[in-house]
Amino acid sequence: MSTANDVLPRLMTLAAERFGKRASELRPADDLFDALGIDSVEAMSLVTALEERFAIEIPDYEVQDVRTFEELATVIARRV
Amino acid sequence: MRYDGTQLSFDLGHGGVLEVRLHREPCNEIGLVMLSEVERVAEAAHAPGVRAMVITSAVKRGFCAGADLRELHRENAARASEPVEARVREVRRFLDRIHAAFDAIDAAPITTIAAVHGVCFGGGFELALTCDLIVADKTARFCFPELRLGLIPGFGGIPRLERDLGNAIIRDLLLTGRSLGAARAQAIGLVSQLVAPGEHLSVAHRVAQQACRFDGPTTKVAKAFLKPIPKDRLAREKDVFCELFAGPVVAKALARFDADTSAMPYLPAPPSSEQQDPA
Repeated sequence: MSTANDVLPRLMTLAAERFGKRASELRPADDLFDALGIDSVEAMSLVTALEERFAIEIPDYEVQDVRTFEELATVIARRV
Repeated sequence: MRYDGTQLSFDLGHGGVLEVRLHREPCNEIGLVMLSEVERVAEAAHAPGVRAMVITSAVKRGFCAGADLRELHRENAARASEPVEARVREVRRFLDRIHAAFDAIDAAPITTIAAVHGVCFGGGFELALTCDLIVADKTARFCFPELRLGLIPGFGGIPRLERDLGNAIIRDLLLTGRSLGAARAQAIGLVSQLVAPGEHLSVAHRVAQQACRFDGPTTKVAKAFLKPIPKDRLAREKDVFCELFAGPVVAKALARFDADTSAMPYLPAPPSSEQQDPA
């Protein structure tokens, strides 16, 4: 079982690569929509990419209220 | 054969493959105009010389986000002073037309393929389900968000899924409103082929070309045997949809959807924001 701290760096690297940002510019507590400059459809594509990277499923309602990278890492860690 | 519509286009390529491209921004929402153009697709699918059909989307966001809920909301709000029976009659007319078109695509005597990327939700998912095979790229996501609106899917989706898959996955989709990624959709047998992002259309054409190698009349007989139209369940679906449409939840839910700017407008609002909702 992984912890959110294990997941967080991989999550942030993937998100940065996917949306053309530098991982070093992202902070765990950042609002991921603002930090990545993404809309709802792009957020859905991020969820799809995370499902593939971590070989898990992430039901939409689990991430409905997620705003930050660390919150998203917590959701993923529960399923890895 | 060629048709250049305002929301979709199609043309018949060499070898008899009809390519249908949906091209209504933002994501091919199905309203009255799209419906009339889908009716042309249904007719073309039965035309002489057509050996296979590929339906795809030319818009970035995905295959199709489903019914045009904002149009439905506007139409419904404009008729708010009319008896509910009149509004339900209007919805039933729309359902009758789209069921006829989708049934005709479903029963076309050729091999049909949905080439799917990105959003494939609600009525868009139901359109994909009329096809014999779904080729999806890894960005595709499938979802039935209708319960959020106080409705069930109304374009034949549940009866077609019941025909094609197990009931457990249908309950999971419908009763949670969650979306399925393409990989899971392939694992449960919904997606025939899973391909790299952006490769869905070229792979769908390869599938179509393969299908065209078989004897046409044999394909027609095989289709009729393999893929019966679930008529009783489709009729019941329309009745249930209309019963729900006449209820108190839908108008309020459509208005809320129209105003929704959240990241996941297809999911029900979480309890905290529901409590703050003045509506």
